[in-house]
Amino acid sequence: METISIRAPSVASSGTRIRRSVRTRLPAAFALLPTALVVLVVYIGCMLWTVRLSFTSSTLLPKLDWVGLAQYTRLFANDRFLTSASNIVIFGTLFISGCLIIGFLLAVFIDQNVRGEGLFRTVFLYPYSMSFVVTGVAWQWFLNPGLGLQKLVRDMGFESFTFDWLVNQRMAIYTIVIAGLWHGAGLTMAILLAGLRGIDSDLWKAARVDGIPTWRVYTSVVLPLLRPMVITATVLLATGVVKLYDLVVAMTLGGPGIATEVPAKFVMDHLFERNNIALGTAAATIMLITVVSILAPWIYVRYIRPQGRHA
Amino acid sequence: MRLKTRVSAYTLSIALVWSSGALAQQMKAEVLHWWTSAGESASVKVFADQFTKAGGTWVDNAIAGGANARTAGINRIVGGNPPTMMQFNTGKQFDELVSNDLVRDVDAQAKAGKWRELMPKPIVDATVRQGKFYAVPVNIHGQNWMFYNTKVFADAGLEPPKTFPELIASGEKLKAKGIIPLALGGQPTWEHNLFRAVMVGHGGADMFRQLYGTRKPDVVKNPKFKETVEIFGKMRGLVDPGSPGRNWNDATALVITNKAAMHFNGDWAKGEFIAAGQTAGKEYGCTVVGQEPKLVIGGDVFVFPQTKDKTALATQDKLIQVLTDPTSQVEFNKKKGSIPVRMDVDVSSMDVCAQKSHSILKDPANQVESMEILSPPNFSGAMQDAVTQFWNNPNMTADAFIEKIVNAMRDAG
Repeated sequence: METISIRAPSVASSGTRIRRSVRTRLPAAFALLPTALVVLVVYIGCMLWTVRLSFTSSTLLPKLDWVGLAQYTRLFANDRFLTSASNIVIFGTLFISGCLIIGFLLAVFIDQNVRGEGLFRTVFLYPYSMSFVVTGVAWQWFLNPGLGLQKLVRDMGFESFTFDWLVNQRMAIYTIVIAGLWHGAGLTMAILLAGLRGIDSDLWKAARVDGIPTWRVYTSVVLPLLRPMVITATVLLATGVVKLYDLVVAMTLGGPGIATEVPAKFVMDHLFERNNIALGTAAATIMLITVVSILAPWIYVRYIRPQGRHA
Repeated sequence: MRLKTRVSAYTLSIALVWSSGALAQQMKAEVLHWWTSAGESASVKVFADQFTKAGGTWVDNAIAGGANARTAGINRIVGGNPPTMMQFNTGKQFDELVSNDLVRDVDAQAKAGKWRELMPKPIVDATVRQGKFYAVPVNIHGQNWMFYNTKVFADAGLEPPKTFPELIASGEKLKAKGIIPLALGGQPTWEHNLFRAVMVGHGGADMFRQLYGTRKPDVVKNPKFKETVEIFGKMRGLVDPGSPGRNWNDATALVITNKAAMHFNGDWAKGEFIAAGQTAGKEYGCTVVGQEPKLVIGGDVFVFPQTKDKTALATQDKLIQVLTDPTSQVEFNKKKGSIPVRMDVDVSSMDVCAQKSHSILKDPANQVESMEILSPPNFSGAMQDAVTQFWNNPNMTADAFIEKIVNAMRDAG
């Protein structure tokens, strides 16, 4: 992160200078005003409004009474919310780590100066250009025991082959992870590949002279150098985890049963289908608190304690 | 000062021209609904054509998906830019629009048209608030129909079951013959719909009303309740492994293509059979399973957002006339798969399923209000979560399920 600071001309002894500095800064301030307003009103304002509503008994229309923590008590007694919460942890962990590992391996593979690099890059990145809805529907068909992979393998003669994760309560969430990985690994690869290409070739020469095995160079030298790219990829993937909704809706609709429910779907269903604004906003608030409490230490280390930076 | 007066004079004159223009304008009705499938849009076109014939201009605002359409419409009504009329399901969905005085009462028209006498009581009760009609019902959908493939049953030498224990028995036989006994769209909504069919068919109308209407936990203490739940549990074995996540119309297609024997759905599923070129009573049959045929009924209504504009009021009045006119009622409902909301119209031109529906509903004792009428979405949603958990987990006991139902009653009141 670069920080850009606009410094006023020093020693403002004469009035003209002050006026000039105001004159140059005013347009800038004006230009930033809409953005600032949008951030304040739309983001922060709506956030506060959501939190406020979670303490009410609103159903179809917002109502401004006060019921204390009643909605939160209900929320944490709700099977579906608890399943959603544990699902998002499973998905988040496997999706982010999986994308990073697969993405890194793909990037390293392409970085070996393979022939047809452009083709591979496109192929790997292609899934990312599709929306989660398309991804979800495609994987739903592919994993459906009666239509997709299982039927294909059985038709080839392996009668006992079974791959019914999609309709299996315990395994269904992992099919969402698989579809997510297919979708997200390519982007991670692209980001990490850009990083790999930026690494000084002298480092490689030096390592070769020292006789260090290639895998060792990747893990001990290259990977630490890729840290900013890894962080970028992680942040991008993490936002995908928090807003995970369309993939689930397209692929399983939260089923079988409630096996693949996720918090964002819980919020959407309660806000718009079940006329239960209060419970929905309570769930949204819990999501917000979770995200903030994960991000806060990181923001603190990166921005608020700048003396700790050594980049 | 003088400039200001002049400006306001201009504004005023422009405003006058504007509003007189509006008066001279024809009746223009913007209609917000979610009838987007082929059969549905054909049915809504009946109303549109009738309204056009009556001299109005129909502006169709169809939004796919009931929840989306309702959200969009409610936002517009609350935001002060309402459509001329808007669709809801018969029931509680527009409660708060009424209590916040956002929709018009149409009781004068109801009295003139004798709606209270002509429409089934559950539909009237679901539309009347504080003694006044606040919406215009347009159709009656039966939700607990069982569609069956006549050929599959004939080949197996079986009769379509009349009760749920019979259904389980013949289901096992069909399964042994390699046929899918029960085609189900394995999505929470349809699993819950099946549960309600079992509840009203085996548990009875009163138990259904106690569960979804009064929502007091003592209903589950009735031994019959547990029996009903266990029957529902046994039906888990009658669906095929590909059921989870399937769309309801794909489930209907299994019956159409002789792969499955039975399918529970609302009468809107008829549209799929018709589209496949099949005739009710020939390739497929429809019946209500249970000791006595109780029909769970719901349907659609239109509400009319409040307005002070005279033209808009006149337009709304015209629309109400069009909606309740006997001819448009029959034509609309033929296409929609439902039956006319007025019990006085002649249904002899409709298919056998619609006629059966009409004759069952002739007896008020057979009319059972749908869940949408009895329960707030909050409770039906919590029930749906419980049902889908039970249905998809073969190891869950009836008692565990009943406990979840009690929790749903406690939480969602």
